[in-house]
Amino acid sequence: MMKKMILLVIGLWFLVTNCFAAPISSEELIQNAREYDGKTVVYKGEVIGDIMMRKEFVWINVNDGVNAIGIWSKKDLTRDILYTGGYKSRGDMVEVRGIFHRACLEHGGDLDIHIEELSKIDSGMVVTEKINFAKRNWAFILLGMLGLVLILSNILRASGASREV
Amino acid sequence: MILRPRISDIKNIGYYLGKITIGLGLTMMVPIVIGLGFREINPILDFLISSAITLLIGIILTRLCRTEEDLDWMQGMIVVSLSWLVAMLLGALPLYLSGHWKSYLDACFEAMSIFTTTGLVLVQDLDHLSYAHNLWRHLGNFIGGQGIAIVALSFFVKGTSGAFKMYVGEGRDERLLPNVINTARFIWLISGVYLILGTLILGIVGMSIGMKPSNAFFHSACIFMAGFDTAGFAPQSQNILYYHSLLFEAVIIVIMLLGTLNFNLHFQMWFGNRKEIWKNIETRTLFFTVLTLSFITAVGLNQLKVYPEAIALFRKGFFHLVSGHTGTGYMTIYARQFINEWGNLALVGLICAMGLGGCICSTAGGIKMLRIGIFFKALKQDIKKIILPESAVVSQKFHHIKDIFLEDKQVRSALLITLVYLGLYVLGAIIGTWFGYPFLDSLFESTSAAANVGLSCGITDASMPAVLKLTYIFQMWAGRLEFMSIFVLIGFFIAEVKGR
Repeated sequence: MMKKMILLVIGLWFLVTNCFAAPISSEELIQNAREYDGKTVVYKGEVIGDIMMRKEFVWINVNDGVNAIGIWSKKDLTRDILYTGGYKSRGDMVEVRGIFHRACLEHGGDLDIHIEELSKIDSGMVVTEKINFAKRNWAFILLGMLGLVLILSNILRASGASREV
Repeated sequence: MILRPRISDIKNIGYYLGKITIGLGLTMMVPIVIGLGFREINPILDFLISSAITLLIGIILTRLCRTEEDLDWMQGMIVVSLSWLVAMLLGALPLYLSGHWKSYLDACFEAMSIFTTTGLVLVQDLDHLSYAHNLWRHLGNFIGGQGIAIVALSFFVKGTSGAFKMYVGEGRDERLLPNVINTARFIWLISGVYLILGTLILGIVGMSIGMKPSNAFFHSACIFMAGFDTAGFAPQSQNILYYHSLLFEAVIIVIMLLGTLNFNLHFQMWFGNRKEIWKNIETRTLFFTVLTLSFITAVGLNQLKVYPEAIALFRKGFFHLVSGHTGTGYMTIYARQFINEWGNLALVGLICAMGLGGCICSTAGGIKMLRIGIFFKALKQDIKKIILPESAVVSQKFHHIKDIFLEDKQVRSALLITLVYLGLYVLGAIIGTWFGYPFLDSLFESTSAAANVGLSCGITDASMPAVLKLTYIFQMWAGRLEFMSIFVLIGFFIAEVKGR
């Protein structure tokens, strides 16, 4: 009986902390910051920009497609992050579980999440840029026109100057 | 009787407008260099296309309107007001081509915000924008901060009295040196030296907070250009919150304050007249208003226990107050937090700071400290007149580079401009309210646009009505040019239609 009870409690704990913890959007967190302040939240998004080391901790910024939120984490939790989003790369998609702060006392009032758990749900990658051929053609045409106008205006200026002489 | 503008007027305007357009086209080459450095192919194409179109228009205009005549006052003012519109329309080209703006109107909005050093943005997915486009946004701050027309002319024209008219048309009337072109070049020199120093300092701070060296120095150059030119743009969507650093924010506060000071004051400081900073009416007024409004904002934030710690109050309350007062618009909180958390008193303090603005002959917008200082002096003079016997002769002096006797015409001129600014703030607020936004939110956003600040409480968004976008574009343009050249442009069009 005791064993069953323990298993039930453990099972419920997992259910509450993992299965039912649906990610909350940045909009929801910002709009209802007072409500979520100090509570454990799950947040999901793409790691963007720099991974900024601060002694044994690290700052990452995670963008859920609308806003990016600062995530304060122990260094070892972010070991799996290989790609961060930028023009030429798509950052790793991560799901973090941690305590949300509306105005973090430790970090000068920043709205942030201090994480307890981070899982990489999708790996990022280097984005290979494909040339936009329409743009390339337009660039050639316009540069050609520019060259032509420059030549013509120089000829006109030269003929004008010789007429004046 | 209104006289219809002559063909020679239009030719003169077209010729100088063409020169400025060529200048703009050439500056688009800078992002191409950056794009080459970072091997960003499509952004290079965006800038090649935009630069070619801009240069074509500029060359055709200068050839069609070729003239040897110098500009008169009316033409100078019109060139200025039109050049900012042309810069907006053409400067928006590379932005729109990048695909990060939802419409050409959005790109134009951003371009006007860039050149007027406002800082309101409509960019989508900024965190994935190329280095080339990001540089263009910040370089545009640097160009706009100095003044588009005067930047172009300081490189393309050798000594012209017409340049002075454009200098005045861009909302500046103080010459540091007898020749206005030399004045413009000196402003470039000051800005250039500060750019190198600021980039170096911010870059080192960036690396110390864990950024990669290449990113740290790219970001620092961008942040410096946008900070010193009081624009408030940043390469990441979180603005300054991205860096999570007190030191970074402290350096930015210094940069914002330097940017909001009168270039004439920088000039005096450079040549050893350091006492000027303590004696000058503008710096004194700035000190007083920053102190007073910081107090009001702090009381407001404290009442609602928004930031229950001194450091947080400094990093959020004081930072945004300075950011708003200097006309920069850097943010370390999310836009909606102003409305959801700050409360009315703190917001009123911040709106007042934004409305007052920085010093004249700086890159800041708003009513400006000299005018506020003049009001205080005029008030003091009037009180003295009441207290002293009627036979007493009351004179009032103020110090602005030199001692100046206060005259009625100075008070009248300051009052007139202040009234127009207030009218512009209220106009935007009414239009915002018309579209269903609460009045305080609308007033916040409107003041931010018209005073070229760039703090947002969340109204500025790609989904806002087009009319509101156009309203803010007009406010940014009118606020930056301080109205006169826009009134002249309107008069010019009226004369074209009704004149004989």
